[in-house]
Amino acid sequence: MKAKIFVTLKSAVLDPQGKAVTQALHALGFNEVRDVRVGKFLEVQLNGVRREEAEAHVREMCERLLANPVIEQYRIEIEG
Amino acid sequence: MRFGIVRFPGSNCDGDCYHVVKEVLREEADFVWHKEEALGQRYQCLILPGGFSYGDYLRTGAIARFSPVMRAVERFAKEGGLVLGICNGFQILLEAGLLPGAVVRNRTLQFICRDVHLRVENAETPFTGSCRKGEVLRLPIAHGDGNYFADPETLAELESNRQVVFRYCAPEGDLTEEANPNGSVSHIAGICNAERNVLGMMPHPERCAEAILGNEDGRKIFASILNALAGCGV
Repeated sequence: MKAKIFVTLKSAVLDPQGKAVTQALHALGFNEVRDVRVGKFLEVQLNGVRREEAEAHVREMCERLLANPVIEQYRIEIEG
Repeated sequence: MRFGIVRFPGSNCDGDCYHVVKEVLREEADFVWHKEEALGQRYQCLILPGGFSYGDYLRTGAIARFSPVMRAVERFAKEGGLVLGICNGFQILLEAGLLPGAVVRNRTLQFICRDVHLRVENAETPFTGSCRKGEVLRLPIAHGDGNYFADPETLAELESNRQVVFRYCAPEGDLTEEANPNGSVSHIAGICNAERNVLGMMPHPERCAEAILGNEDGRKIFASILNALAGCGV
């Protein structure tokens, strides 16, 4: 089983990397780009755990380590 | 007085902190390896030095925060022991929840290594007792992730409890936009907990604590700690 985790900065937190990427895309002529938010993508391989357990465990992993709830939000997809 | 200087894999200001305590303050100091689980009653003050613990993987301080020694640091802080987190040490204290808020990438995206000016906002802490309120100190910063963030409620709480200890300012003490090197909310450069015994700061007092380095402003932080410890009869 595999968990896909998307960690992004909360909308209230400025994302200077996203701003720089936005400007670079504008420089390439992609003027339709309004905003970019840069985040992290993690793939976690899981063994010996039931699907419903997996979801709860991955959520706890995010709360305790993989995301910082002060500045970040996360989304989980469980596959397999 | 005996200082414990906590070493994580990737700490790199530990030697400078040790030097200041031993050679400048003439006090006792030990390095404390991050695998250490019990500190006993050995130390009057713990310093979490700067560096790049665990290569800043995931987030700055995110992995160091789970080092075995951190449970002992938390206990020490809960019992009122003085804990000073400098730069990466501050980031670890934030991740550990010993101080509120978080830091994100500098707004310029650059690693900034230069002197900045700090206004002492609260001189009634064990770390700033040798300063005057409003005094301007010059200290170096060296970080890529020092942009302090806290949500509006947390910020209001910090302000009303007077937990903001240092703010980035112009040489004369004004809070101009240009004087804020990394984009920190409310120019915050250092904060303490509500109990005043835990301080986290991005600038490096250990890098400017003796005359031969051309700047002794950082020594005031260490002198304040010694005064506070002497005052409470430790």
